[in-house]
Amino acid sequence: MKHSKRIALGVAAIAASAALALSGCSSSSSTSTATSGNSGNPSVTGGALIPVKLQLQWFTQAQFAGYYAALDQGYFTDEGLDVSIIEGGTDIVPQTQLADGSVDYAVAWVPKALASREQGAGITDVAQIFQKSGTLQVSMAAKNIKTAADLKGKIVGNWGFGNEFEMFAGITKAGLNPATDVQLVQQAFDESGLLDGSIDAAQAETYNEYAQILETTNPATGKLYQPSDLNVIDWNTEGTAMLQDAIWANTDKLKNDTTYQDTTVKFLTAALKGWIYARDNPQKASDIVVAKGSQLGASHQLWQTNEVNKLIWPSSAGIGIVSDAAWKQTVGVAMSAKNLEGSTVITKAPDSDAYTNTYVQKALDALKSQGVDVTGSSFTPLTVTLTEGGK
Amino acid sequence: MTRPGVRFSAVLWGLAGLVLLAVLWEGYKAVGPVTGVQFFGQSILPKTDDRSMPHLVDMVTRALQPVNSAVGSPPVWVSVIGAALNSLGVAAVGWVAGSVVGFLLALLMQRLRVAERAVLPWLILSQTVPLIALAPVIVAWGGKIQIGAFSWDRWMSVAVIASYLAFFPVAVGALRGLQSPDAIHLELMRTYNAGWFKTLLRLRLPASVPYLIPALRLGAASAIVGTVVAEVSTGYKGGIGRMIIEFAQSGTSDPAKAYAPIAGAVILGLVSAGLVALVGLALKRFNRQEAAS
Repeated sequence: MKHSKRIALGVAAIAASAALALSGCSSSSSTSTATSGNSGNPSVTGGALIPVKLQLQWFTQAQFAGYYAALDQGYFTDEGLDVSIIEGGTDIVPQTQLADGSVDYAVAWVPKALASREQGAGITDVAQIFQKSGTLQVSMAAKNIKTAADLKGKIVGNWGFGNEFEMFAGITKAGLNPATDVQLVQQAFDESGLLDGSIDAAQAETYNEYAQILETTNPATGKLYQPSDLNVIDWNTEGTAMLQDAIWANTDKLKNDTTYQDTTVKFLTAALKGWIYARDNPQKASDIVVAKGSQLGASHQLWQTNEVNKLIWPSSAGIGIVSDAAWKQTVGVAMSAKNLEGSTVITKAPDSDAYTNTYVQKALDALKSQGVDVTGSSFTPLTVTLTEGGK
Repeated sequence: MTRPGVRFSAVLWGLAGLVLLAVLWEGYKAVGPVTGVQFFGQSILPKTDDRSMPHLVDMVTRALQPVNSAVGSPPVWVSVIGAALNSLGVAAVGWVAGSVVGFLLALLMQRLRVAERAVLPWLILSQTVPLIALAPVIVAWGGKIQIGAFSWDRWMSVAVIASYLAFFPVAVGALRGLQSPDAIHLELMRTYNAGWFKTLLRLRLPASVPYLIPALRLGAASAIVGTVVAEVSTGYKGGIGRMIIEFAQSGTSDPAKAYAPIAGAVILGLVSAGLVALVGLALKRFNRQEAAS
């Protein structure tokens, strides 16, 4: 009797873990269908949808608002595509996933992707979404650090992992030696080092970490930190900015696969339309991202949508066009700026397959024929009020 | 059977451990220097300001508040439980797969001496491969698998990584268990003219239980660790590991929030050990004395 009771308990335990296992499967498969087919409009093409996978650099957040908006508004299905947006992780390198064929398109920063190209990844920049760099070096107003030259003798934080080259180029350009004239420290993901004073000037993205500082209470005033409490060095004005989020495609398939060429134009048409939606409806685009399960708060996501819009618009040549001047500056910094180990991002100039405006131009033509404003010349950013903790 | 008094005091000691931890945390926070303790420029003790070490009260209060200001946002503790159950499901798949593989390997190694010599070094070697090197490879392989309607999901990559960590203790523990019967017992089986399979069934398997149970428990703990780390590393959504890093992102402005999922992960480990203990209960008949592994 005793033994059978124990066996029954054990069986129950196994059954419970099996049920959990199954629930694990079912919940995740339901989320994947939700990401792939949650469209407002039915397909107008009538035929079967072409499955497309887009790899992001990081988790769901408004940095990728345009893609989520295109998915939510059914722009991808309108083009006959069944797009799955695949989130990044700490060890997922989007350009590697793209080069080895796991995904069809990837969002990646240009310098990092160029470094991967030099190591043999066959990828091409087909649309330059962010026209400006969003990276800042933030410091407290009292420290009076307004330009790269002011960093002399200061404790300067950076994230490393290839995020540091704009800063090294800026410090070098200001006539300082990064190895001896500034004290460089590795910075955590967050901005606590800046707030507790252990870092004088900390690295921050306009759309994320900078907002986190402004969501924190300033102990001196009892209110949230205000932009006037801070100084920022903007690498765009220092002239060492590098291009960031771009859509990358597989080079070989672009050359040899006519279906893929076709799909690329359709994909870009829908994705750019999503970004245009995010420009014209920032609040709704932000809500879409929050509904997709971002754990960061709603006001933070609205701030992020707005800041990302500022990096894109106005796009005088049309959203997604790779500007030759910005590209040359990025390549120049990537080849010349040395980090502490003395290495540069790339050692030789990228070949002509590194970027193309062919497909994005076709996508822009398609959008223009629909009467869509692709330059956003009258774009005016919102004024977003942040709340404590970004809730 | 343990006497109720013993069980009661065990619970009491467990609670005392928790209280001790809380006292240490708040005690250090109260007396420790705000800037932490540095030794030749290396930080050896953490800072004690509210951002680095929030008060326990703040952590609990934050856990009771909604995740964010979105309409219908659940309290933090509710979403932590949801994420923990999700991770438990994935870890359970990994644990079951890893345990089966580990046990089969142990059987093979017990049956063939040459297999033991050939495989065991590789098993040990396999555990020295860092997870961060492994995760992208498994995700990349998985991304290409598409057989008919079946397509590889990200959670499966996480489960594979969990099983990769879980199979090792099971393989080693089960092998020791299968080899544990005394020669005298094996010779007795031979006098009965029992073959390898019969000996396995009647002697080796029952004898392996005291070694197997702790190995399974270790495997469960490894599976949880593997799941949490692999979630972060592969970007799988919905689990507790992913929640830890997402909440930690807002560590500047909302530091107390990140501790709820960390506590959730700890409880998850305890729950998984508890579930394995239930398996052990079913096999109690064979579990004369649990061997230390």
